[in-house]
Amino acid sequence: MLQPHIPSGQPTDASRLVRVLKLELRGITKRFGSLLANDHIDVVVEPGQIHCLLGENGAGKSTLMNVLYGLYEPTEGEILIDDKPVSFRGPGDAMAAGIGMVHQHFMLVPVFTVAENVALGAESTKAGGFLNLDDTRKKIREISDRYGFDVDPDALVEDLPVGVQQRVEIIKALVRDAKVLILDEPTAVLTPQDTDELLDIMRQLKSAGTSIVFISHKLREVKAISDTITVIRRGKVVGTASPTASTSELASMMVGRAVSLKLEKAPAKPQEKTFQVKDLTIIAPSGQHVVDGVSFDIARGEILAIAGVQGNGQTELSEAILGLQERAHGSILLDGEELVGRSVKGILNAGVGFVPEDRSVDGLIGTFSIAENLILDRYDQPPFAKGISMSPAKVLENAKTRIDEFDVRTPSGMLAAGTLSGGNQQKVVMARELSRPLRLFIASQPTRGVDVGSIEFLHKRILAERDRGTPVMIVSTELDEVIELADRIAVLYKGRLVGIVPAGTGRDVLGLMMAGISPEEHAQADKPLTNTSHANQAGPTSSSSAEGGDHD
Amino acid sequence: MTEKHPHKHAAEQPDGKSHEASPSEEETSAAVTLDTAGGAMGPSAVPVTAQGGQLPGGPDTLVRKIFTGSGMVSVLAVLLALILGGLLIASTDRQVGTTAGYLFARPTDFLSAVWNAATRSYIALFQGSVFNPRGSSLAGQFAPLMETLTIATPLITAGLGVALAFRAGLFNIGAQGQIIMAGILAAWVGFALHLPMGLHLLLVLVAGIIGGAVWGGLVGLLKARTGAHEVILTIMFNYIALYFLRYLLNTPAFQRPGESNPISPILDPSAVYPQIFGSQYRLHLGFVLAIAATVLVWWLLNRSTVGFEFRAVGANPKAAQTAGINVSRSTILVMAIAGALAGLSGVAQVAGTEKVLTDGVAATYGFDAITVALLGRSTPWGTFAAGLLFGAFRAGAVQMQIQTGTPIDIVLVVQSLIVLFIAAPPLVRAVFGLNPRRRKPASAGRSQKAATTGGAA
Repeated sequence: MLQPHIPSGQPTDASRLVRVLKLELRGITKRFGSLLANDHIDVVVEPGQIHCLLGENGAGKSTLMNVLYGLYEPTEGEILIDDKPVSFRGPGDAMAAGIGMVHQHFMLVPVFTVAENVALGAESTKAGGFLNLDDTRKKIREISDRYGFDVDPDALVEDLPVGVQQRVEIIKALVRDAKVLILDEPTAVLTPQDTDELLDIMRQLKSAGTSIVFISHKLREVKAISDTITVIRRGKVVGTASPTASTSELASMMVGRAVSLKLEKAPAKPQEKTFQVKDLTIIAPSGQHVVDGVSFDIARGEILAIAGVQGNGQTELSEAILGLQERAHGSILLDGEELVGRSVKGILNAGVGFVPEDRSVDGLIGTFSIAENLILDRYDQPPFAKGISMSPAKVLENAKTRIDEFDVRTPSGMLAAGTLSGGNQQKVVMARELSRPLRLFIASQPTRGVDVGSIEFLHKRILAERDRGTPVMIVSTELDEVIELADRIAVLYKGRLVGIVPAGTGRDVLGLMMAGISPEEHAQADKPLTNTSHANQAGPTSSSSAEGGDHD
Repeated sequence: MTEKHPHKHAAEQPDGKSHEASPSEEETSAAVTLDTAGGAMGPSAVPVTAQGGQLPGGPDTLVRKIFTGSGMVSVLAVLLALILGGLLIASTDRQVGTTAGYLFARPTDFLSAVWNAATRSYIALFQGSVFNPRGSSLAGQFAPLMETLTIATPLITAGLGVALAFRAGLFNIGAQGQIIMAGILAAWVGFALHLPMGLHLLLVLVAGIIGGAVWGGLVGLLKARTGAHEVILTIMFNYIALYFLRYLLNTPAFQRPGESNPISPILDPSAVYPQIFGSQYRLHLGFVLAIAATVLVWWLLNRSTVGFEFRAVGANPKAAQTAGINVSRSTILVMAIAGALAGLSGVAQVAGTEKVLTDGVAATYGFDAITVALLGRSTPWGTFAAGLLFGAFRAGAVQMQIQTGTPIDIVLVVQSLIVLFIAAPPLVRAVFGLNPRRRKPASAGRSQKAATTGGAA
């Protein structure tokens, strides 16, 4: 498995000889002030291997890769290529040495064509300094054909789907003769189908001799594709694992303690339907219908999960319910009361709890204390305020109770919320929203960027709210989370509701729905739909189910 | 917020601008920092909703950092500015020039001349602003201090207006215009109406406050309704106010009977602030009101729901909106209150210090107020202290020129240097060897927290 496997039929021309490259990071330490981001990390990437760096958000994976890519200078330690120490002063040096990186956030100019983007930074020119894009086009076609990328060099990047944009990034690296490709959380923005295609591409690249460093916290993908797994926790290597290790084994290595990945969930007892959305259409300032004629309802004691790839109208939908979208047409009824047209405060006071998808932008004020954040939407209500006079004592008292109840790890409620880790920040938001009687609870991406240990806790609280008889709406791009929590699943695609399916629907069906193909169409066009696997049953070799992480 | 690119963070982190709290939180804060550094917070498609110019403030703008940075930098900036000012004074001193001629023969002469020149001026500055030992009586000895407080009065209240607006994420350049509008209304009530004692002054005060509040509130209204930027609005409103005042002063209604000079009649005795310590000092009731305003602003910011809204909108408008806070309403309200505070300065000028209305009624108080708020880190008591300091500079400058011949302008240079240094904290820290890289994160975190949580001095 460790040996580079190069098929004899590999197309090789003189300029593109497969030069395998061994990469070694030895004792890499990176400090930011007093923060130790990487602590003596040793990683050896054997030639032609897919080496996975597994760790939670904030474990130091990205920092390590930025060191390797020349973006950060290591405080200590060295990088060796083919056993020779090298030092990179910038990404340019790293590229020259044969290291390419695909960032989690693509580094592409949206208004440029594929060819222009690929050429950017290493433009070949004709006499007189004119761009020679033909050369680049040729190379793109060559690579595109070899790996079946299907990328048109003259397409504008902004017109391309996310999955194709990612391929453009990979092409950018390959054009520069990358022998080691770093993929930083590449599947975070992909549909399950796109993810499968990416994994296939990775296998092809590997067989062509390219080593891949694959950064992820999604256990399923890691197990499906890796040759070696290095687990990083709190800036340290805690061990290596083989892809055959069990999911729970890997998870506990990642978190540092045993975690239960399977949520104990009693069957839902749906009562009367108290929340209804009818023909909701939201028009973006650009005139686009970002949510288009969506109708659904949620019963008390039921969780409806809104699934879909990021950017298909979920954000707008949840914001519209809270009154944050101005151009919402249609009807949103809670206990028979119309919510459309009411102020945010009015809707919150009507008993809607809302966990926004990006807690640092919408959910918390980083410079405010935890205590203040815990009353962010109730600061003007008793007991925290009488008239316009606030009672700091009551605010602190409330903070103490909530911090205990939600197990927020902090020495004091007086600290700024921005100092908390992602998981603890999310607990603060959740504690705030769940601390009053609710008639509807909406949580967008409830566990994004949250450590595995906290996910368990947050999921349990959401279930508890359901069992208390509140209609719950979850918006998540993580299919696993959707499957785990939902009693019914609604899938959005380009602002339209593809369909609502019961819990237990197979992830292949859901995956197709996320690409806009409704179950009926699928059944007609293809074979009858199969109602198959539940969450967490996928084996390491099953690439069709390798899309989500076990958790975000 | 947009700074998710790892490279940018690489450049930022050494400056210690990450959220560091105390050693015990090192690990959590490490996680936070790395989280954003790696862009690992979540998939890239974090909605870039049209935030545009709609919402004021924002957590991490440069201006915000400058306005709410650590108070330590303020103190050091003043110190550094005074040292440089001293060197400047020395460079124009005749004795220094002479000794520089034989610098290498007797360098001590030169150095002592420099020291003498600088300290002589600063001692004169002190004597002119705080305590004059040569005064004939105790009253005379404290006359400079009273003068300082008098000059500080409009600086403090206008500074509070700028600071309060800033805490809500609004850069209020318009104190000048707000002072002028308040001055116009207050003066008119003061000289045109003839009312009984007490009621008249109260009406003058109310008129001034309303004038400032309307002028500030209009900016807030325009910003909230149309998204226009408050900096441009306030600058334009300053011009409008100033030229409107000049126009009025050329109309008979605002001129003394039978004269055509651009100066209003003197305010009725019933319309002016009483002098606190008798007629020997100019210090008037306005100073007491300035103290009251400082207390009020402190309470407003730290103990009231309105202030909570202001601070929330200033620190993270999107989160504030999501929490049900009406951002538009906060914008209008905070600008109106800021205008009212600046309006107090206008009243202090016409009803306290000057007792007439001229086109110089606001002098440069409105602009100095920005500096004062800056130096005070936008906290109420910090602004109060900064106002006193600038009042002292102004009061003492005259005495300094009389005693030592050092031009008044040197004080303006020192003031400008202070602003310069506050705007460049790394420079100040470098000069004093306080590079955050070597500093303990605990202290950095504490000072940042103190500044941001607004626990006023």
